[in-house]
Amino acid sequence: MTCLPAPSAKKLGLVIDLDTCVGCQACATSCKEWNTQGYSAPLTDANPRSADPLGTWLNRIHGYEVKEADNENSRIVNFPRSCLHCETPACVTVCPTGASYKRAEDGIVLVNPDVCIGCKLCSWACPYGAREYDYSHGVMKKCTLCVDRIYNENFVEEDRVPACVKACPTGARHFGDLGDANSKVSKLVAERGGYDLLPEMGTKPVNKYLPPRARRDATTLPPESLPKGDGSAIDRLFAWADGLLGGKQAAPRSTKKTKG
Amino acid sequence: MNPAYSVLLFTTASGAGYGMLALLGLTGFSHGPASSMAFALVSMVIALGLITVGLLSSTFHLGHPERAWRAVSQWRSSWLSREGVAAIITYGPALLFGAVWSGLIDAPQLIAPLGLFTAVMCAVTVFSTGKIYSTLNTIRAWNQPLTVPVYLSFALASGAAVLMAVAVIFGRFQTFQLALGASALLLIAVLKFLYWKAIDNAPRDRTMANATGLGAGVRQWELPHTARNFIQKEMGFVVARRHSEKLRALFFILLAIVAAAYGACLISPWFALIAAPVLLFAAWVERWLFFAEGEHVVTLFYGNQQA
Amino acid sequence: MGAQPNIATSPKTWDEIKTTTCYMCACRCGIKVYLKDGTVKYIEGNRDHPVNKGVICGKGASGIQQHYSPSRLSKPLLRVGERGSGEFREIEWDEALALATDWLGAVRKTDPKKLAFFTGRDQSQGLTGWWASQFGTMNYAAHGGFCSVNMAAAGLYTFGGAFWEFGEPDWHHTKYFMLFGVAEDHGSNPIKAGLGKLKARGAKFVSLNPIRTGYSAIADEWIGVKPGTDGLFVGALIHELLAAQKIDGEYLVRYTNSPWLVIENPGGADHGLFARDKDGVALVWDGSKKKPAPHTDGAVNPPLMGRFKLPDGRKAVTSFQLIAERFLGDDWSPDTVAPQCGVPADTIRRIAAELARVAFEEQIELDIPWTDHVGRKHDKMIGRPVSMHAMRGISAHANGFQTCRTIHLLQIMLGTIDVPGGFRYKAPYPKPIPPHVKPAGKSGQVKPNTPLPGPPLGFVMSPEDLLVDEAGNPLRLDKGFSWDAPMSSHGMMHMVTTNAALGDPYNIDVLFMYMANMSWNSAMNVPDTIKYLTAKDEKTGEHVIPKIIYSDSYASEMVYYADLILPDTTYLERWDCISMLDRPISEADGPADAIRQPVVEPDRDVRPFQTVLLDLGARLGLPAMVKADGSPRYPGGYSDYIVNHERTPGIGPLAGFRGEDGKSFGKGAVNPDQLKRYIENGCHWYYELPDEMKYFKHVNKAYLEWAVSFGFLGNTEPIIHQLYCEPLQTFRLAAQGHGKVIPPDRHKQRIETYFDPIPFWYPPFEGEMVEKDAFPMHAVTQRPMAMYHSWGSQNTWLRQILGRNWLYMARSKAKELGVVDGDWVTVTSHHGKIKAPVKLMDGVNADTVWTWNAIGKRSGAWALDKDAPEAKKGFLLNHLISELLPERGGGYRYSNSDPVTGQAAWYDLKVRIEKAADQSDESAPQFPSVKPLPRTT
Repeated sequence: MTCLPAPSAKKLGLVIDLDTCVGCQACATSCKEWNTQGYSAPLTDANPRSADPLGTWLNRIHGYEVKEADNENSRIVNFPRSCLHCETPACVTVCPTGASYKRAEDGIVLVNPDVCIGCKLCSWACPYGAREYDYSHGVMKKCTLCVDRIYNENFVEEDRVPACVKACPTGARHFGDLGDANSKVSKLVAERGGYDLLPEMGTKPVNKYLPPRARRDATTLPPESLPKGDGSAIDRLFAWADGLLGGKQAAPRSTKKTKG
Repeated sequence: MNPAYSVLLFTTASGAGYGMLALLGLTGFSHGPASSMAFALVSMVIALGLITVGLLSSTFHLGHPERAWRAVSQWRSSWLSREGVAAIITYGPALLFGAVWSGLIDAPQLIAPLGLFTAVMCAVTVFSTGKIYSTLNTIRAWNQPLTVPVYLSFALASGAAVLMAVAVIFGRFQTFQLALGASALLLIAVLKFLYWKAIDNAPRDRTMANATGLGAGVRQWELPHTARNFIQKEMGFVVARRHSEKLRALFFILLAIVAAAYGACLISPWFALIAAPVLLFAAWVERWLFFAEGEHVVTLFYGNQQA
Repeated sequence: MGAQPNIATSPKTWDEIKTTTCYMCACRCGIKVYLKDGTVKYIEGNRDHPVNKGVICGKGASGIQQHYSPSRLSKPLLRVGERGSGEFREIEWDEALALATDWLGAVRKTDPKKLAFFTGRDQSQGLTGWWASQFGTMNYAAHGGFCSVNMAAAGLYTFGGAFWEFGEPDWHHTKYFMLFGVAEDHGSNPIKAGLGKLKARGAKFVSLNPIRTGYSAIADEWIGVKPGTDGLFVGALIHELLAAQKIDGEYLVRYTNSPWLVIENPGGADHGLFARDKDGVALVWDGSKKKPAPHTDGAVNPPLMGRFKLPDGRKAVTSFQLIAERFLGDDWSPDTVAPQCGVPADTIRRIAAELARVAFEEQIELDIPWTDHVGRKHDKMIGRPVSMHAMRGISAHANGFQTCRTIHLLQIMLGTIDVPGGFRYKAPYPKPIPPHVKPAGKSGQVKPNTPLPGPPLGFVMSPEDLLVDEAGNPLRLDKGFSWDAPMSSHGMMHMVTTNAALGDPYNIDVLFMYMANMSWNSAMNVPDTIKYLTAKDEKTGEHVIPKIIYSDSYASEMVYYADLILPDTTYLERWDCISMLDRPISEADGPADAIRQPVVEPDRDVRPFQTVLLDLGARLGLPAMVKADGSPRYPGGYSDYIVNHERTPGIGPLAGFRGEDGKSFGKGAVNPDQLKRYIENGCHWYYELPDEMKYFKHVNKAYLEWAVSFGFLGNTEPIIHQLYCEPLQTFRLAAQGHGKVIPPDRHKQRIETYFDPIPFWYPPFEGEMVEKDAFPMHAVTQRPMAMYHSWGSQNTWLRQILGRNWLYMARSKAKELGVVDGDWVTVTSHHGKIKAPVKLMDGVNADTVWTWNAIGKRSGAWALDKDAPEAKKGFLLNHLISELLPERGGGYRYSNSDPVTGQAAWYDLKVRIEKAADQSDESAPQFPSVKPLPRTT
């Protein structure tokens, strides 16, 4: 089963907008709370009150600083990272037991927790750090694309999205079929130049990242200034204020300040 | 990569065991029945013992050792599965070979084919082990043409050293063994030298810039969590360059000691009893370094600029 | 090869879903709580809720860990060891309540003001303020005095609304958004959603913030201003816009007091006051008749500028003339302010030009006819799509009131308040400027066994409304509404412990606090605060603060300093109302309020604080809390009060589903089924205003009439923006010796300086009072987006994300100081010294260091292990911040606060950074570990 199925027409995945993500951790904790009671239950937190807590998370938000060539200052880019549900996932083919598999119908990469022996080889094969071993459960955990939400008939249609997408307050996470060129997500990728992480690894990620857009500050906009006329600013302002009266009234002429 | 002791023990012990078993098989193939049942049984027990201890220790790092049997199912895609299949298959011919070679079962006509088959299966198993690592393109230091030859040559060299020590105890030392051991020693020295040269020279052209897609000016600002996670514990282990050079030097010093002991075997074969444990220790050091120098591409997301 | 396993894709992992309101921060989103066998399994945003519309944030989604936190208190506790020792005895509720009644009753029958009742992150101020008033003490406030009051006051005294969650940018239409400072725990999800909308639409987002993280990270332009200088930057923008006449003259004339006539009579008692007619209506100039006219006369088109002679001979000038004269001065030119605020003059000029372009060349028009307050019909709603938002970056400075007024001046000059694309009010705002509520507690109003004649907090109009004695000394313990801080509309909680311990202005008998970590991260000057809380009178051996009662849900650091602890429930175990009488959850499109319902029953012996408070009120016999026969008026506790209490006839805590049939809203009879109706409606109520009422609410006839019918406003008077703030001038006149209530001499200069009726800028105090070279750096904090106050660290999930903090510093500055990433440094202020680890970054103003707020914990508190990184590596800047300013001439020490409003000036901190001699991996100071409380672990 760890041989890959024939490529599916449907390629469900996420599109993550790095231009919009503020790093609020909503996707990370929503993922944790759904999945610790859902398909991946439990996502253990070992030694939670200690100096060295060790929890299993399926989605983590990195923070990077990016120096822009023409700008003295670096930008902070918040960077959510989870399983990319690759088209040719190395984590699947290395699995000795068949616990890891790519679903034939929608391309979701899953671990069958009843079969996983916890050898961790898949986590070595994954370039993206998407798989986290749950020490107390003894099996590998990973993003399931909320397979137990997206088809869940107990939810209304619009809630049938991964927990991270449902949560995201800025709307920086998009879910859909990247196998369909006409889907909203595919169009977004096309418009915004969505890209793959580490394409040279040959894993062909389904998830795409939308790059931060160019900033519109002094480095990208020609400086413009408000016009200045002749005379003192207060007199010009006065004349302008006078104009507001529409010439119907005789405006006072004095702009002189009283002493004091 | 984190050098987990269970995995180090597995690859060094089972490597030596398969090397030794293969040599015993070849001995049977070329020389027929063993000259002494005691020697044959002891050496078979030691070889299979090393293999078994190694295999068992490899299950220690499994989350579900009781499900280990499932690992044979995916031989079509997984080198780990193939290794498991090969390891299990090897027990059959190996046990039969041991029985006929030692004379427990009287079927001398089977010694040669069983011996050859056992040796081939040992090679296949160690080859598969090497392939597990060499096919992981996430770790450049492993994803090398020399990884598999290194695994095979280590099995041969450490197997030869152990076999020689057992032979000496049973008074069956032959200079041929010494020649084989010394050649294998030279081979691992050369291969390891070339391997380290290769990984040192391999361009570290995977970058944080490419991994994140954020361009050349990117650097880490905040880790996702201040608490350490599995990825950091497992993949984040990178040995310092200085420390690694010291250990490489130690490795070659150990090989030199083995070589000296081999030389001394010409005076007294009992020096083989020194050579074997020193070479096993050298193999342990090499294997520790193999992991510790294995820089995983995921570290690019965790602050490493190049991998 | 096996077959792909069949997995359940429609599992129902819950057996029940209940709605309620989140309390993981002050945003108050609607949530859906999934329960299985009575256990909370999953919390998500409620898609039908007006605040969050289905989304949830990092905090909200971690609510399970808050609810099941091991640090929850489980039973009332009575101190048996020394204060701070953590030695408590578990007691029954009867004993706890009897004890509290005893202590409080003794105070009430002698001198009620000897009870200081201060609540922290209280979302029930409608109740707690009323309780204090019924008790008869004016020594009440929530935490607003160290949070937001200078900005709340600046807004309410200027345009009858405010930043924070009381208004919001028109996310749907704005094309240019400026954000000042951090803004991450009020309006948390709405702002995030709004930013997402801006991004999707391609609107420009400019962030003015010394630090480029969080929201600022995604800004189109980041301006790394020096802390406390935002007012200069904004003033320079005003300078540029005035010089180029890029202001909305019509808006100013019609909807602001710009044309109102200010008397110019230097030295006179009427100088700087508005010229008024005999009915007290402020006058404008009627150019056609060459005489003044009431500003209410819609037929007059008064001049915006000019000086005039009134019929009685006095000289008068339009207030806008005065404003223009000030801001056109050279001291406001971009070139002058640039070096002070660290923003290049060209950048200031460019931003001004961009504002002008968007406001006046990209105006938007909605085809919605409306009628203004004087009956002018408009066939369209004209919008100037420039919007602004600000929070702590402005408020936590001693110049925050005037700076915030400067920002409002800019917004109003551009004609952007409550217009399409601008900054919009949320109900119940706009309110009259300022709201017609004055603080009670004057001499003679505080009497044994007697309620106050009004609420303890309100809005002063002139010195006559102050709470001072004949000699001008403060009547309130925190010195609120005194000459120290006349417009302290939210009180000054940060001064309570210090003042009570020092007996300045007087000692108290009982300190009663609720969910405020006042011995730790909510206190300035933690080391001395701990001394004050434990101080004893040398003669009597009694504590200087004799009794401390504290209510909290968790084993916070403050619990250790209380004598009696009343354990509160978690937010999922209680009734609450997010009331229009307090801080509702309204949207710009219409009013909304909400409730919390208990979604699970407590598994501990805890009670909701509000129910306990009503119980105590009944035991004390507070008139509004007992029936005629002396029995409790609200025997059902808080939910009983929520439904049945009426503040005035027909107006209760909840506005929705009123009337016997549940069909009224705003005003209506008590509806016994009201809570049921709320629950059926997802625990909230929201009314969307008709389109014609959605904008220009301050001058929109239809809206004003509706607001009166609803009970928001007393009459349909328009809310004319007060750019020139006359109440400030009354204080200035008092300082010059005019009026009935005159400040003592030592306050005069201060009052005269800071009570300028026209916005201005002055440097924050601390930086001016300490040696500049000795403390060259600014040090500020910000709250991490995934945490709220001190609650985050007890959360098993959130503490993994952020379990320790660093001092962030600019790489360029670190190079200067010889500091490298990971070094430990000492941070020294005029008041104290800490040791902290450094992390370097680029996106921070080079003269500023910063850290995450409230990550540092006291070892042993919050049911964390003693060696938790929060305690051993985490640190607080609080230790460096003095609650009192250095002595001025005469030895008097003012509080470290905004002089107008008493707002705590957290961000005025100036420090010196040096590489620490001790590079050991532990922060300093370390306080002794506290013991785990009974049954919290």
